[in-house]
Amino acid sequence: MRIELARLSARHPAARHGTAPALKPLSLTVAPGEQLAVIGPSGAGKTTLLHALACALKPAAGQLLLDGADPWTLPTAQLQRLRGRLFLAPQTPPLPPRQRVITAILAARLPRLGLWRSLRSLVYPDDIGGAHQALASFDLAHKLWERVDRLSGGERQRVGLARALLSPGTLWLVDEPLSALDPTRARQAIDTVTQAARERGVTLVASLHQVDVATHFARVIGLREGELAFDLPGTEVTRARLAQLYSQHEHELAGDTPPPEVGPLPAPAVTMVCR
Amino acid sequence: MSGAALASPALRDPAWAARVFWLGAAAVLLVPMLVATEFTPWVLVEPDNLKVTLRFLGDFLPPKADAEFLAMVVREAWRTVAIATAGVFLALLIAVPLTLASTAALSVSSLSGRMHALPFAVRQAVRWLLIVLRSVPELVWALVFVRVVGLGPTAGVLAIALTYGGMLGKVYAEILESGELHATTSLLRNGSGRLQAFFYGLLPTNAPELTSYTVYRWECAIRSSAVLGFVGAGGLGQQMDMSMKMFNGAEVSTMLLAFVFLVWLADLASAALRRALG
Repeated sequence: MRIELARLSARHPAARHGTAPALKPLSLTVAPGEQLAVIGPSGAGKTTLLHALACALKPAAGQLLLDGADPWTLPTAQLQRLRGRLFLAPQTPPLPPRQRVITAILAARLPRLGLWRSLRSLVYPDDIGGAHQALASFDLAHKLWERVDRLSGGERQRVGLARALLSPGTLWLVDEPLSALDPTRARQAIDTVTQAARERGVTLVASLHQVDVATHFARVIGLREGELAFDLPGTEVTRARLAQLYSQHEHELAGDTPPPEVGPLPAPAVTMVCR
Repeated sequence: MSGAALASPALRDPAWAARVFWLGAAAVLLVPMLVATEFTPWVLVEPDNLKVTLRFLGDFLPPKADAEFLAMVVREAWRTVAIATAGVFLALLIAVPLTLASTAALSVSSLSGRMHALPFAVRQAVRWLLIVLRSVPELVWALVFVRVVGLGPTAGVLAIALTYGGMLGKVYAEILESGELHATTSLLRNGSGRLQAFFYGLLPTNAPELTSYTVYRWECAIRSSAVLGFVGAGGLGQQMDMSMKMFNGAEVSTMLLAFVFLVWLADLASAALRRALG
């Protein structure tokens, strides 16, 4: 999918009016099949950019064109169909804790399945082979029948990524996909995603905290305080540029070690409600 | 309070005055309500009244336990459970579609900004329908239906279905909106339909709470069908009404014990279901 941004700015829906937008006017073109890493310190507008691209956030100003068409001029039903061709993987994997991994992962197929087949898939999973294969490419094949709340934080994050492999989207937007993974796992995971995107001709935009991973991308854009700092091939992103991008946020640049893995989430206790 | 805390203003609780004020205000508000309800509990312990009460309660012991009567209690208890279950089932048929139509958690237009005007109006209209359904007490519905379909359990089933449909619909919508929405909005954002997002995101996230509330309402329906029996809607309540009118305490106490047993069963069912879904 081809992306064109023309002086697009966006602010968080909860932001008060009059505050500076999280993303200041930005112009950018991404060709179909291109792979793009977005880096920058916390609060630079990486997530806002991804949400704007996913049609999850209406631009405050400027224009977004996906394959040459402005999604925000479409009626709701057609916009929803277009969203079916996008895949946004949020930073915290959106997996219901009590759902089984197989169901959670097949949910990525929903836009293509139609209501009847998606209901039938709850009775007996629709494409067990496909789900198994997607999990296997993230070393999680043995978790196929496990419940989501039995997985560790890192495993949940990889299940969230494996969903991309099953989605019918032609634009993948992955937000901080490696934040709960150790360096080796992170490398494997991002390699799997980029390779799968290349095989399918899918456009990939990934926001990343790990600059050493980002510099392996053919194209890297740096954001700082909602503004474009640079737009360069990964090989030209030098230490000096990174130091400038992360000035006053050096701990994020130096802290290449990921945060500790979170243990399995306990299912919240269910209390009797009397209303 | 120690002397040191008194001496230094920084060590005094700043919320203290407001707390005392609101406790006092609540007490002041309570007085007119007690007056309005002619709340005079001391008449309970006046010697004359006490004698009547004690005589009626004395009849409770021992509970009536001959085989014929027990068989009747079991039969009517079964009918009471059937009224409650059929009523809650019909209520679900009303509540589930109305919940899906009214919950804001499945709004596509509010994914990016505010909900559009038309869907907002539809959701609001469904909410008003739910208010109407549940604001008429089931006793009133039962009186209406007893006139339409005659004395018997059918009136009780229909009365429970309408009122409980309204209650379940409202509370389901609230449970769905107050729960974790991340999975559901992510599905909607990735282009799935509303019903798909419900079955793959919203329902698995909230299933235990929905089940627990439904079972609790089923338990309420068992008790409620006893009250409905008093206006002729069948079940254990109707028998209890007759025994009460004849001041037969022994029969009443057996039937009350049957109710305790039914509520205990509902409690067990609820706990088992929550364990299975937890």
